[in-house]
Amino acid sequence: MRLLFGTLLALAVAAAIGLGATWLAITQGTAYGGVTIGAWTAWPKVGTAGIDPYARAMIARSGELPVGSGDGVAFSARTDDAGKPLDGRCDVALAGITPQARYWTITLYDPEGRLVPNSVQRQGFTSQEIIRRADGTFEITASPRARPGNWLPTGGIERYVLVLRLYDTPIGMATRTGREAPMPTITQKACP
Amino acid sequence: MIRMLLWVLGGALLGGIVHLGTVLVLPSLATQDAYSRIAPIARVNAVTPLPPPTPESAAIPFMDPAFAISVCRYDLSDGPIKFSVPVSPAYTSVSFYTRSQVAYYAINDRAAGRRVIELDLMTTEQHNDLPGDEELTAADRLIVESPTVTGLILIKALAPEPGLLPIARSTLAAARCIVQQP
Repeated sequence: MRLLFGTLLALAVAAAIGLGATWLAITQGTAYGGVTIGAWTAWPKVGTAGIDPYARAMIARSGELPVGSGDGVAFSARTDDAGKPLDGRCDVALAGITPQARYWTITLYDPEGRLVPNSVQRQGFTSQEIIRRADGTFEITASPRARPGNWLPTGGIERYVLVLRLYDTPIGMATRTGREAPMPTITQKACP
Repeated sequence: MIRMLLWVLGGALLGGIVHLGTVLVLPSLATQDAYSRIAPIARVNAVTPLPPPTPESAAIPFMDPAFAISVCRYDLSDGPIKFSVPVSPAYTSVSFYTRSQVAYYAINDRAAGRRVIELDLMTTEQHNDLPGDEELTAADRLIVESPTVTGLILIKALAPEPGLLPIARSTLAAARCIVQQP
C-alpha cells in the first residue's frame, strides 16, 4: 500500500514538474544564446543548423520560420527600455539608429505574430521608407492615434511585439554589446 | 516522512527526464508547425507564391510584410533539385529549412554575386553519388546538401516601398525549382 502510494506520488510529481517545465520553457522563451541589447533580443543561432532543442520546440509550436543566418537577424521587443510591456493604447517612441545592415524592416505584430488591423494599412517601415533627421537618426511613434512623422499605428491593442529585422548584416552570434549594434531606444510616453 | 521525501525527490528526477523528453519530441508531434501550415497550399517541387500577410490571414505567423515571399516545398526522393531565381533590384534571399524548420542554409543576392541565384539541392547520398568528372564541370554551380529528404525553400524579395511589391513579385515569378532528369 505504501509502495503504491509512493509510486503514484512520484509519478504525479514527475508529470507536474516535467510538463510544467516544458510548458514554461516554450511559452516564456528560454532559448539559449540570446543577444539582448536594450529592450531588444535576438537569437542568431535559431537561424542556423545549430539551433537548440528549446528553440526548435518553440518554433514548432508557434509555426514561424526563423530568419536564416545567411539572410539576416531578427530582434524582437515586447517591453520598453524600462521593462514595461508595450501597450498599444500608449504613445511609444522608438528613436536612434540601427546597426549596420543593407536593409532593415520594423514590423508591429500582436503577441501571436499576426499583423494588426488599422485604417492606413501600415504594419511597419523599411529602412528606405523611414523619414530621418539630418544626422541620420529617426524617430518612430507607435500610437493608436495618427501622429506626424513616422507613425506606426497600434490599433489600440493591449500588447504587441516589435520586430526589427536586419538583412545582410554583420550582426550575429559574435555580437554582444550595444556599441557594436546600436539599437533604437524604446520609451513609453503618454498613456491614457 | 523521510521515505515520502525520497519519493518526491525521485519524482522530481523523473520529472526532469519527462521535461527533456517532451522538449525533444515536441517538434515531431507539432501539427501547426510552419511546414504543416504551408504544405496544403504549396505544390511539391514547384514554386508557389505565398499570399501576402494581412491582419485577417497569414500563411505563417511573423511574416515580414515588406517582402514578396514564395516557397518551394521540395521532395528529393526523385532526384536532386535545380533551383534558380533572378535577383530583384532591392534585396533577394533564399533560405533552406528542413522538414522540422531548421534553417540549415541561407544565401542572399550579394553572397551569390550574380544576377541569378542558381544552385543544386541534394541529399548527402545524392551528392556522394555524383560522378567525379561531373563535379568538376559543375564546379561553378553551388551545391547545397539537405539534411532531410523533404523541406522548404523560402524565396524572398524585398519591396523597399509598398509600391515596389509588384516588381518583387514578378521577380519571384521567374523562380524555378525542378527535379533534375537523371
